[in-house]
Amino acid sequence: MNFAFSDDQNMLRDQAAKFLAARCPTSAVRKILEGEATWDKALWDGIVELGWTGVAIPEAYGGLGLGHLELCVLAEELGRVLAPVPFSSSVYLATEALLLAGSEAQKQAWLPKLAAGEVIGTFAVAEGAHQPTSRSLAAKVENGRLDGVKLPVPDGLIADFAVVMARTSTDAGARSASLFIVDLNGPGVTREAVKTIDPTRNHATITFKGAPAEALGGTGEGWALSEAVFDRAAVLLSFEQVGGAQTALDMAREYAMGRYAFGRPIATFQAIKHKLADMFVALELGRSNAYYGAWALASGSADLPVAAAGARIAASEAFYLAAKENIQTHGGNGYTWAYDCHLFYRRSKLLALTIGSAPHWKELLISRLEARNAA
Amino acid sequence: MDFEDTPEEAAFRAEARAWLEANAPSPEDARKMGRETTNEAESLKRAKAWQAKKADSNWACLHWPKEFGGRGATPIQRVIWEQEESRFAVPRGFFEIGLGMCGPTMMNWSTDAQKQRYLPKMLRGEEIWCQLFSEPSAGSDVAGLRTRCERDGDDWIINGQKVWTSGAHYSDFGIIVTRSDPTVPKHKGLTFFFIDMKSPGVEVRPIKQISGTSNFNEVYFTDVRVPDSQRLGKIGQGWEVSVSVLMNERLAVGDAPGPGFDEAFALAREVELESGPAIRDSNVRQKLADWYVQSRGLKYTKFRTITALSRGAVPGPEASITKLVSATNLQNIASFGMDLQDMGGSILDPEVAPANAIFQQALLYSPGLRIAGGTDEILRNIISERVLGMPGDIRVDKDVPYNKLPTGKA
Ligand SMILES: Cc1cc2nc3c(=O)[nH]c(=O)nc-3n(C[C@H](O)[C@H](O)[C@H](O)COP(=O)(O)OP(=O)(O)OC[C@H]3O[C@@H](n4cnc5c(N)ncnc54)[C@H](O)[C@@H]3O)c2cc1C
Repeated sequence: MNFAFSDDQNMLRDQAAKFLAARCPTSAVRKILEGEATWDKALWDGIVELGWTGVAIPEAYGGLGLGHLELCVLAEELGRVLAPVPFSSSVYLATEALLLAGSEAQKQAWLPKLAAGEVIGTFAVAEGAHQPTSRSLAAKVENGRLDGVKLPVPDGLIADFAVVMARTSTDAGARSASLFIVDLNGPGVTREAVKTIDPTRNHATITFKGAPAEALGGTGEGWALSEAVFDRAAVLLSFEQVGGAQTALDMAREYAMGRYAFGRPIATFQAIKHKLADMFVALELGRSNAYYGAWALASGSADLPVAAAGARIAASEAFYLAAKENIQTHGGNGYTWAYDCHLFYRRSKLLALTIGSAPHWKELLISRLEARNAA
Repeated sequence: MDFEDTPEEAAFRAEARAWLEANAPSPEDARKMGRETTNEAESLKRAKAWQAKKADSNWACLHWPKEFGGRGATPIQRVIWEQEESRFAVPRGFFEIGLGMCGPTMMNWSTDAQKQRYLPKMLRGEEIWCQLFSEPSAGSDVAGLRTRCERDGDDWIINGQKVWTSGAHYSDFGIIVTRSDPTVPKHKGLTFFFIDMKSPGVEVRPIKQISGTSNFNEVYFTDVRVPDSQRLGKIGQGWEVSVSVLMNERLAVGDAPGPGFDEAFALAREVELESGPAIRDSNVRQKLADWYVQSRGLKYTKFRTITALSRGAVPGPEASITKLVSATNLQNIASFGMDLQDMGGSILDPEVAPANAIFQQALLYSPGLRIAGGTDEILRNIISERVLGMPGDIRVDKDVPYNKLPTGKA
């Protein structure tokens, strides 16, 4: 047993941290919050140049052929700085979907371009303010044409293509939907920005009217495939969440040490100390579950579905707790637009929802444990 | 990162498993070795026999050096053993304080001759040890203790009272911290010994706990004579020795024993509500998921720690997390299990209550786990101060001579 990242992986982490410290200070994130741009194109170009978009893509498809552990390392660093780039959509979702379900021709067509940053991909499932279910799913594909409205689609304004979940059968049930690759620059697609709680990440409403759709994976496999893609993304996102939680905890600590009230640093008050101790405990539980998820993902373990759910639940909790209590620790300053606390608060809730909420994943986890027990 | 056993680890696991399968007691016999049984003398006898059997094959205390009967095992081997042994649910309660705290203290601070004399017997369970730290006026603030030691030739004379001493009533020896100089600030005037619990003047009085059993005691010292050779550390160095014990305590305390996720999950699958099995209830499922994730989080945190230890890191205060999280969860799971049993949840009779009444029992003993070995609040202080580097509490007593400190009612 060896439950730590290797020296090489830690070296990668150091390089990533240095790069991001220089290229993605919170002022850069704030520019996205307040400016016209909805993502940091220059940062993205730097990331592509470093090859991060192809880290887990095999060399045969133009990637670096490292692995998912390396991707976890990068995810943690990106999460730490709230990088306003389409990394999660393109790398954890679209790329993973192609790796998982793509035909040889599809992999040849898309993976080298994804690795080289020539295209950005995303994954479009949600259709508004409710959990997508086999009864509610409205987008449908008939004769290779997609109709429907997806929102919010992460990085929907930026992406060149989307993997879209759409109905292929009029019945409800596990085999009612399939996945499709859709060219977002092609005909029958209109996109519009959608306002979310976290303007530092791009989101869109995408309307499809007879857009050409190419099947990814078999007919009727949409739900199963998207679950498998989300399991992978859950592990990778859990590292972003752990990174974000760590920064929020560090911010709270630093502020508490420097802020005086009643003649002493607020860091001397137990109510504050114990709050931060609880943030630390949640973070450690999140980190440890994320590590197990990373191992399960990288080793192709059959335990991935349980491990991924654990990582998702624990890391979502850790980041949200750290982000909201970081505001509390900052007092009135924490509630201002000018302080950075809200950037983490926004991102923590966004990430906790983006591939399904905690209650949804808790339900999944117990179902999976029941299935394992029955087996 | 690799979660699987290496070939050597797998071989070690197979060896441990084979030995346990051939030698471990049956579940019924194992239950009779616990500390919380009605016939303690009998369970102690059984537990001692099992400990000796383990010692004969060097399985009694793996991480101890070979010369004292250990195996000189690596941290990872120790975890593998614990995993394998836990499948047999054999309680270790009687020996935990000795092996986890007193033993390492003797290794660090006693003479070679003393190590040879005491450690092998402690390991075999032939002699049981206890920890005499807390006093009526000094628990979290253990350095505020009052028990006096006074030099008398080659001996020391101890007078005073300890309290909450787990296992004092069946212990042969104990480690004790006492005050040698009340005129200096409290941390500076302490001196540390190990003592024979059968010494004249030691009187042990059991204390009845919430759970109804008596695992801990008051211990009175009246002119108890201790040879200077049993002093551990220098005169006035007692605090330093105590801190080294408390560091080991944090490593020694594991997960809170009792119903955890598995038991709660099993119960939820068993119990029928109006709407069907409890496990179909979404409130139940959400709670179960939280406990699963937290207990897994602790397990993997331990693996991370072990990995760091095996790369030469020293155990840090991070280990405090385990007790903080698991004791609270135990109390919550106990209460949850009883809620599932609804109107009948109050029944404590193991013949009637599901799962031999483990939920009801845990409700009654779990509060103790949130206090023993550092309260929840003290653990949060430790995390914030030693892990996060936040300032210590303001100490009004720091530079004041001990005998000038204000005291409360207790
Ligand atoms: C089951 C059990 C077994 C035990 N076994 C042993 C044993 O074998 N040997 C031994 O020496 N002792 C033993 N103890 C004693 C145990 O270590 C003490 O009870 C514990 O340290 C708390 O001390 P106290 O009881 O004096 O409570 P106090 O220290 O008086 O604490 C009372 C309350 O005040 C809080 N508090 C105290 N100081 C602070 C602070 N600085 N910041 C915030 N809150 C604070 C505590 O958290 C607690 O909630 C045992 C206790 C239990 C319950």
